[in-house]
Amino acid sequence: MLEISNLTHTYGSGPGSHHALGGVDLSVAEGELVCIVGPSGCGKSTLLRSVAGLLRPGGGEVLFNGAPVAGTPKDLAVVFQDYSRSLFPWMSVADNVSLPLRRKGLDRPRREEAALEALTQVGLEEAGAKYPWQLSGGMQQRVAIARALAYRPALLLMDEPFGSVDAQTREDLEDLTLRVRGHHAMTILLITHDIDESVYVGDRVVVLSGAPATVVGDLRVDLPEPREQIATREHPGFVRLRAEVGRLVRGPRPAAQHPTPETV
Amino acid sequence: MIARRLLDSGPLCGALGAAGLVGAWEAAGRTGFISPTVFPRASAVLSRAAGLAADAGFLSCVVSTLGAWAIGLLLTVAVAVPAGFLLGTLPGLERAFGPVFEFLRPIPSVALIPPALVLFSDKVDMKITLIVYAASWPVLINTMYGLKEVDPLAKETLRAFGFGPAAVLWRVSLPSTAPFIAAGVRLAAAVALIVGISVEFLAGGAGGSGIGVFLIEAGGATDALEYIVAAALWAGVIGYLSNGLFVLAERRAFRWHTARTEVAR
Repeated sequence: MLEISNLTHTYGSGPGSHHALGGVDLSVAEGELVCIVGPSGCGKSTLLRSVAGLLRPGGGEVLFNGAPVAGTPKDLAVVFQDYSRSLFPWMSVADNVSLPLRRKGLDRPRREEAALEALTQVGLEEAGAKYPWQLSGGMQQRVAIARALAYRPALLLMDEPFGSVDAQTREDLEDLTLRVRGHHAMTILLITHDIDESVYVGDRVVVLSGAPATVVGDLRVDLPEPREQIATREHPGFVRLRAEVGRLVRGPRPAAQHPTPETV
Repeated sequence: MIARRLLDSGPLCGALGAAGLVGAWEAAGRTGFISPTVFPRASAVLSRAAGLAADAGFLSCVVSTLGAWAIGLLLTVAVAVPAGFLLGTLPGLERAFGPVFEFLRPIPSVALIPPALVLFSDKVDMKITLIVYAASWPVLINTMYGLKEVDPLAKETLRAFGFGPAAVLWRVSLPSTAPFIAAGVRLAAAVALIVGISVEFLAGGAGGSGIGVFLIEAGGATDALEYIVAAALWAGVIGYLSNGLFVLAERRAFRWHTARTEVAR
């Protein structure tokens, strides 16, 4: 459903320019959950913004259901890392969730119904009348996820979605993502810098090199379903995959430059 | 112990300060430190002020000033907010007009009264025009500043859901700028009152009305100073009340803004 070929992008020009994407090729099948990992600053967000139509890439092509992305594709939703900035503080939680549905031409009762349904899926059916800033960080990100779910996107983009919450909440949100994914026929592209997380939630892990980013690894995650925080993470397959992803993320560097844990 | 508790309560403490100053003012008159012929005593001014509250002539002057003030403020919002949005969203426009504004802004509005006297035959028109001119600056500048503070991620969120630039302006930029605009209008309300009364005072009595005109006309009366200070006192009260009402309305309407900035601290 998503075909990215030879995507390149450079910010600015001249000596101060930043070559973010150096020819990324990636194809995502319908219903897949693909995690994209890479060192920080490697251009993961540039890739996501190109897919979302928020940024016009310098070169290459993004095909969404066969059509080139120009502007924001329909049936696409984004969950950003920074929920406190991405949710609108002047609107109630329910209004935040139902706002994007105006784009779909739904009338008010149907928007409210869809918002309540989505909030129920993330366990926040009681919070509709509250304001986002009255909720904890994890709850706010669940509201952002509910907003994306209510929109019923064919493709859900998540940009470091669990990067700003504590470890326990992070695990809850990972499991929430896996659970809601079952209810909707969604394709998910999740960007993270957390190697364990990419292996835990992904069907596939795509590893990007440092900037200018190219795909240096594409691993299928064949771990038993359903995933479970303890059992999955101690599965030999998980341990092997996370090591493999970790090596790819680090890239080919001389081992001597990296102190081993014993010498630290 | 009791004194501490008195000082903790804001309004009570403020009332105490005001009463102290009025007491000192009265004492200065009674002890002969300031002769009542140079400056009237507090008691005399306060009783004049109370008398003015029931004086039909003075009340019609207050109504006239407040009417021009309200119309001027409404026009200010109607002019300065859209202008601020235009300048804030079109950088070319800001670059073109920014220097002109930086030149015009520091000119005291009172200095514009003489040319305005030549330009306008109607005093109410002139008063409202000068109010709009002077009061527009804080609204314009706050609107432009507020627009610059709009979170790019909030705009991007709406764009990602397929909303166009007009929808982003209406649903994100406007609500997120609203607290800044409201603060600008509160400042503009104070400016409008000052300019309104100044214009009335400087443009003179013939054919005019308002607190400023009352001040001129009182100048000829016996006990002129008592009337003038009492009228000025009422002007102060009006300014104080309007500011308080604006602050209250802002707190109610923009609870999300204050709550969020408090969390950020």
